[in-house]
Parts: sequence; structure tokens; C-alpha cells
Amino acid sequence: MASSKLNKKVFDLKEASTTVKDLRITFDSGKTRSYEWKVSQLKALLELTEKHEKEIVEALYSDLSKSEAESFIQEVGMLKNSCKTALKELKHWMAPEKVKTSITTFPSSAEIVSEPFGVVLVISAWNYPFLLSLDPVIGAIAAGNAVVLKPSEIAPATSSLLAKLLGEYMDNSSIRVVEGAVDETSALLQQKWDKIFYTGNGRVARIVMAAAAKHLTPVVLELGGKSPVVVDSNINLQVAARRIIAGKWGCNNGQACISPDYIITTKDYAPKLVDALKTELEQFYGKNPLESKDLSRIVNSNHFDRLIRLLDDDKVSGKIVHGGEKDKSKLRISPTVLLDVPRDSLIMSEEIFGPLLPIITVDKLDESFDVINSAPKPLAAYIFTNNNKLKEQFVKTVSAGGLVIDDTTIHLAVHTLPFGGVGESGVGAYHGKFSFDAFSHKKAVLYRSFFGDASIRYPPYTSTKTRLMKALMGGGFLAIIRALFGRS
Amino acid sequence: MNNNIGVEVEETVRDLRQYFKTGKTRSVTWRKNQLKALLNLIHENEDAISKALYQDLGKHPVEAYRDEIGGVEKSAQNSLDCVEKWMAPKKSNIPLVFFPAKGELLPEPLGVVLIFSSWNFPIMMALDPIIGAISAGNVVVIKPSEQAPACSSFLANILPHYLDPNAIKVVEGGGDVCEQVFLQKWDKIFFTGSPRVASIVMSSAARNLTPVTLELGGKCPAIFDYPSDFKMAVKRIVGAKWGVCSGQACIAIDYLLVEEKYSSELIELLKKFMRKFYGDNMMESKALSRIINKHHFERLRNLLKDPLVAASIVHGGSVDETNLFIEPTILLDPPLDAEIMTEEIFGPLLPVITVNKIQESIEFINSRPKPLAIYAFTKDATFKKKIVSETSSGSVTFNDTLVQFLCDTLPFGGVGQSGFGRYHGKYSFDTFSHEKAVLHRHLCLEIEPRYPPWSKFKLEFLRLAYRLNYFGLVLHMVLHMLGLKRHN
Repeated sequence: MASSKLNKKVFDLKEASTTVKDLRITFDSGKTRSYEWKVSQLKALLELTEKHEKEIVEALYSDLSKSEAESFIQEVGMLKNSCKTALKELKHWMAPEKVKTSITTFPSSAEIVSEPFGVVLVISAWNYPFLLSLDPVIGAIAAGNAVVLKPSEIAPATSSLLAKLLGEYMDNSSIRVVEGAVDETSALLQQKWDKIFYTGNGRVARIVMAAAAKHLTPVVLELGGKSPVVVDSNINLQVAARRIIAGKWGCNNGQACISPDYIITTKDYAPKLVDALKTELEQFYGKNPLESKDLSRIVNSNHFDRLIRLLDDDKVSGKIVHGGEKDKSKLRISPTVLLDVPRDSLIMSEEIFGPLLPIITVDKLDESFDVINSAPKPLAAYIFTNNNKLKEQFVKTVSAGGLVIDDTTIHLAVHTLPFGGVGESGVGAYHGKFSFDAFSHKKAVLYRSFFGDASIRYPPYTSTKTRLMKALMGGGFLAIIRALFGRS
Repeated sequence: MNNNIGVEVEETVRDLRQYFKTGKTRSVTWRKNQLKALLNLIHENEDAISKALYQDLGKHPVEAYRDEIGGVEKSAQNSLDCVEKWMAPKKSNIPLVFFPAKGELLPEPLGVVLIFSSWNFPIMMALDPIIGAISAGNVVVIKPSEQAPACSSFLANILPHYLDPNAIKVVEGGGDVCEQVFLQKWDKIFFTGSPRVASIVMSSAARNLTPVTLELGGKCPAIFDYPSDFKMAVKRIVGAKWGVCSGQACIAIDYLLVEEKYSSELIELLKKFMRKFYGDNMMESKALSRIINKHHFERLRNLLKDPLVAASIVHGGSVDETNLFIEPTILLDPPLDAEIMTEEIFGPLLPVITVNKIQESIEFINSRPKPLAIYAFTKDATFKKKIVSETSSGSVTFNDTLVQFLCDTLPFGGVGQSGFGRYHGKYSFDTFSHEKAVLHRHLCLEIEPRYPPWSKFKLEFLRLAYRLNYFGLVLHMVLHMLGLKRHN
């Protein structure tokens, strides 16, 4: 295996250009547009997921120390469902949409036809390296595109497995995996793509969009942000605490774009909340969470150091009310809860993406909305409350990609809801039909006939014609009748 | 000087952002009032608008009404009628497995939006996107094209008298102003213009991850396949080429494709209708717009300088430098590698390209960048299907020209080099909105298998849940409760 690495071709600009050229030839042949091809590819994805679940789970464990249950629930299971949904709905998604036409273009009929963009690039992330690679690919295939997938090099076992399995199961003339890091990604980004789908962080997203701008390539950017949780009093605290924990540490140990980043609650309620979190954390992960097999580790030492730095500040470390243990050799940090860290600390200005959960307190819960809205728009925002007025206010005033009331993160699994950000948290959306739409161009088609041409359309322009035309545009019925039978 | 402009622009954006934060622009009353005010603006200033359009482009008042004033009126009225419906949350069906849950999609304004309008339809291209932005509840900066100074000036003077001056601001100027404008952070940029400038706009937008809509152009071909009404088809072509800003339109017919054996009949009929509409001395016709400025005049004149191109002129070719007027010109089979056939013409020159069989048009079109519109005059249903499924463009219109622009139920936008994003009707509202996903859950019904510590029972439960195997789920739980299934 070492020798194959030495012989591995360097993926440079020339390789990138050849790859795109090859895929374009395949795409131009029309192969990827047929229903049969799409179904065969989606079925192949499903098959590789089902047959190789064990290897996938092992790769995820190698990359992230993700537990089997989490790998199944959040990556394998979700991907399988996504395939099945696409297979079930594809015919319906592909059908042209008939639209009404108004009297202004009478007589006419119109429809909107979905067509693939062409050759698309999917750049995936390291935290859900299996799901975030293949879920967008499902959308690209369903819409009939040829695809290059660039998995994250920070999850190398999964990247390697994806290259192997897709190479074995998928149509290589139209679907390719390119492994690599910055150099390979740069080579890819210099090519002309018909669409780029990027999952990751805001810094790289800017590079992706700037590269796309050179070719006027449309993009989808699935980013992140500081997803807040507003916690009200008078709620079923045990269930709320469980759902917060499940969304935070249960999602790759907080390393997820929609993980609860921080909590806002009232000064009075905070102690109760902290107690509930402590109790449930112990229930979930035992007395020695550093040893728990149900928690993913921190992905690498870079991120480990980054997270430790967030706690470095004296004003922050003093606010730890639970956890704070770490083991660098194992890249583990125990579930850590902090109370009332300073608002201008690093932990409150950067996306945490890890197992640290700050709780900030306010006097009245209405204040939380200003706190949230004064920060960049997050990918998700959550609220736990029984107060309907508060719920309404939250929904109305908090701007985020998606909102969940009385739960966290679960909306990711609902394929009838668009999943995407706004502002700093991203552009575009996907999941379910939204994936198909993200990778399709919606072409307007208008069928006209020669019956009833309006002579008023043509010069020489007379005042009569002008009057008639105004009537036609404004829809005056009698005038339209006259116009329809106008002589040429 | 730049400093002053910079400070002014910065202040403008700051003021707009403050105003947006007050929430005033989100109420349906505010939006309707703005749309009503816009309608009043149109009704009360029709003459002034016509005058400005005549000054900038020599547009005939009927053309001004048909292509600009009437269009804006129609759009504003349609938005006024529908905005409340568009604003309403849309219910989303949530799969049973998430019970109890309710889902909805809530449109919300993006915030501070920037609209760049083009010079060829300087009123329509400014006000139509503004209608969309207002309907969606945003605050707006409109930067009209400095190449149509009378219209730019008109908008700057008149808009503050009708629309809320705190929410809609006009920023006039050229490159130096654009430079300062690009330094600001926008929540959306809507650009109508050329691909070259679009690339600059998108690169600048990338700095802040600002979503963009780019309405560009391209070489819009018209396929002429002996239609059922030859005469009417030719009339429509003449009207669509020269009758709309002298061919200076993104959806104007750029060139014609016709079978060799019909080319002379077609050209004779073209000449006949041209004379009918524009008189025997077309240079004197009041129904033809002039070229916008010297730069474009020279550009168009240069297209004809190539001797091989000049030799292919079969009608017209005269120019009047003083009045910036170019005669409606037809060319027969100019060389395909000449600039007139590689660049978007955007003027009154119509190349007629002959092919052996009309089916060859598809390959001809596909070997060139995707245009904003494809027109086809044909009665062959199979050929129609082929055109729709084998070519790619913003839109396809059969047996007519340009009218797709008036159809509010069809999305108007490009693909590839002709742009991305779309508007008109509800698409305008959507383009300036963020569709926020909202999932309502409850704290009452709790499914224990959601949480760690993980066990075989929980994993099996989740597998069944994923398969939406409700029966299996119930059975699994019952058996477990009865102790008939042992799990650790």
C-alpha cells in the first residue's frame, strides 16, 4: 500500500482540467439525464452504504472516534433515507411544472422544466464526512449532473473509503472522487464548474465564492455559526436538558454546524438548568466522560488546541461549572458547561465547534432576542418554552437558517424542510426536493401560437394602437377582444 | 473626492440598516403602501418617464410604455394583489416519525439590498427589482446605470417623493461610486448587466458571502423552421429585433438560424416588414431607438468593419454618427469566427445563419455559451421536444419572441454565462427573501431510545424508525417491554 501512495499521481491543474473535460464529454452525451441512469446511481449508492456499513462505521471511528450508534443514526441511516426518498420521489421531481399564463400572453401555455447544470463540484466537510459528502451527491445525481466529490482530508479514512467505494460502485465516467488538501482543492477551484456546493467554514467559503465568480458559477454554501438555545422557565427541564445534550455532545461532541453553541436563560433559572444538565450528562456519559465510548473525540490536535485556547482566558476558565477535564493524548475534552462568561470573550465571539457550552444569563428572556440578533445570523436557533407569546416573538424576530421549538438539531432529518443558512451561515439550501432543486436549472418554456396576433405590437405606432395596448396590458376585457381580432 | 463618496455611501448603508432594524419595512401595510405609491408614481409621471427615455435612448413613447412603464405598472399591481399571500407562512408536511411536530416555511426579508440596473431599460430594470425587494420587506439602494443619465436623474429626484425615503435610496454615479458601494456589506445584490461586470460584482460579494442574482444576456438565437404562419413569424422577429431598443436588449434575437433553402424567402419577408414598420428611409424612423452612446456605437460599427462581414450585408449597414443611429441591418452567413458571431451583438444587426437541415441548429446553439433565451418558430412537435430537452437556456419560447418577459408565472433568469437567479411575479419576492424553516416540537412525548448510553435495543429501534417501519417499531417496543426480546 505504501508503494501505491508513492506512485499516486499528483492532482494538479492539468489533472483537474482533464477530469472536468472528461466529465463534460460524458454529460454532453446526455447519459446522466435519463431516469434510468439516475436510478441506477442512486441504487448503487444505497447498495454501497448497506453492504459496507461496517467499513463506513470503522472509518468514522478512525477519523472521529464516533460511536457506532451515532455513525448509524447520523450518517449511515440518514444517507440511506436520503437515497430512498430520492428514488421514491424522482419521477415526481423530474416532471415539468405546468404554470398558468395570463391574458397578456393569450393564447399560450407554459411550463417550467428542470434540467441539470452540467458538471458540478461538491466539497465536503470533516465532521460528518460520509453524510456531507454523499447527501449533496444524491441531489446532484437526481438532477442529472456529472459530479466531482472532494471529501475533506481532515477525515482521511472516510475520504479514502469514499474514493474506493465510489470507484467500485458508481459510473466513473460521470462521478469522480478527488482526494487531497489545499493544493488539490485549489486546482479544482480554478476550473469552470456549472455549480459548486461547499460545506465548511466562512473563511474557505469566501475563497470558493471568489473562485466561482471568475466563471459566474452559482454556489451553495452550507456554513455554520453560533447556534443559540433560549431556555425559558416552567418547562419540562429534564426533557429539555436531554435534547440540548443530544444536540450538543450527542452530535460529534459539539463539532456540528447546528450544535447548540451557547445557551441564554434567566439569572434565576440558570442554576436549575445547570443542575439538570449535570444530572443528565452523567446519565448519558457516566461519571468518567473522558472514557465514554459514546462521545466522539476532538478531530485533531489543531482543533484541540483551538478549544483549549478558548478556555485559557482567566475570566473564562473561572466560569466552568462542570467538566473542563482534558486528555491531549486521546484528543478528549469532557463535556464542559460554563456560566456567565464575559460577552466579549473569544468563546462568545467565535463558533465553538466543540464540547464547551457557555450559558449566559439575562434578567428577562425578551433580552435574548437582541443578544442573538446583534451577532451574525446562525445556521440554527432553538428555544425551549411553554409561553406561546415568547415562541411567536422568537419565530418572528430571530433570523437563522432554521428554527426549532422545544428540540435541537432534529430538523436536519426532516427532508420536507430546506436546510441552509442566511447571512454568515450560508447561501442556498438542500435536503429532499430542495437538493434536486439546488442542482437544477429551472427553465421557463412558453408555447405560443399564431392565432390572434395583436397588430398593436408593431409600428407604425398610432394612438389607437397605444390605447389598445394599454388595455391589453392592464387587462381590460372588451379592449382585449378587439385586440385579439385586430388585423395585421 | 473618493473619501467623500465613501463616507456618504457608508452613512447611507448605516442609516438603512438602522431603519431596517426598526422593523417598519416588515409590516404588510408598509409594503402595500410602497407599492401603491409606486403605482401613483407611474400614473402621475408617464410623460416625464417617456421624456427621459427619449432623451437617453431615443425610445418612442409607445415602446416606452410597452417595454417599461406598462411592465412596471403590471408588476407593481400584481405584487400589491399578492404580497399578503406571499408573506404567509407555508405549511410543511412532517413525517409521522417526528410526531408530535409541525413544520412551516416562513419568508423573511434579507435586509439591506443593492440593486444595479442596466441602461437599456433604465426604468424597468430599476423599478421591477425594487418592487420585489419592497414586497419582501427589505430596504434598498438602487444604483441606476450612469449610461442612461436622464433616467438616473429622474429616479433620484422622483423616488424620494413617492417611496419611503428612509428605506429606498438612489445612489447615482459611475465607477468611482461603484468602488465605494462595493466596500459596504450588503445582504443581497441584484445585478442586471454584462458578464464582465457581473464577475466583478460577484467577486466583491464573496467578501461578505452576499448572495447575488445576476441577470445577464448572451447570444439569443431564433430557430426558423418553416412555421405554420410564415408571415406572422417574420413580423414577430422584426418586432423583436429592432422594435425593442434597436436590439439592445438581453432577450433580443441575436441571430437567426434557417435552412438554406428558405433563407432568401425569409430575408425578403424580413425586408418587407422592416419597410412596413420603419418606412423606406429607416434612418428617419421615429420608431427606432438610437444606440445608447458613442462607445457602443463604435463597438457596433466595428463589428461591420471586417471585410468578410461587410460583404455579407444584404440589407442596411448605414450609420449616422451624429445621431448615434445604425440602420436595421441583415447579414447572410457572416464568418462564424468573426466578432459579430462570437460576441453578444446588442444592437440592430441581424446575422442570418443557414444550415442544411434545421435540426443542426441544436448542435450550433449547444457549442456556444448558454443564452438567456432561445426562440423557435416551428410546428414540428418532435422538434419542439428536442429543443427543450437538448438545449439549455434561461428560457425557451415557441412561435413568438420576448413575451415570456411579461409572463409573471414564469421565472425570468439565466443559466451559465447568461446568469443565475430569477425574478418576476412571486420569484421576485422569493429572490429577496430568506425562506426560514421552522420546526415546532413538544416536550411531552419523549422517545427514550434517542439518547445514550447506547444499547442494541436502542440501535435496533432507531433502525426501524429510519425505515419508517411504524409497525415494526411498535412491535419492537412491545416485545421489549414484555421482556420477550433480550438486549443489553
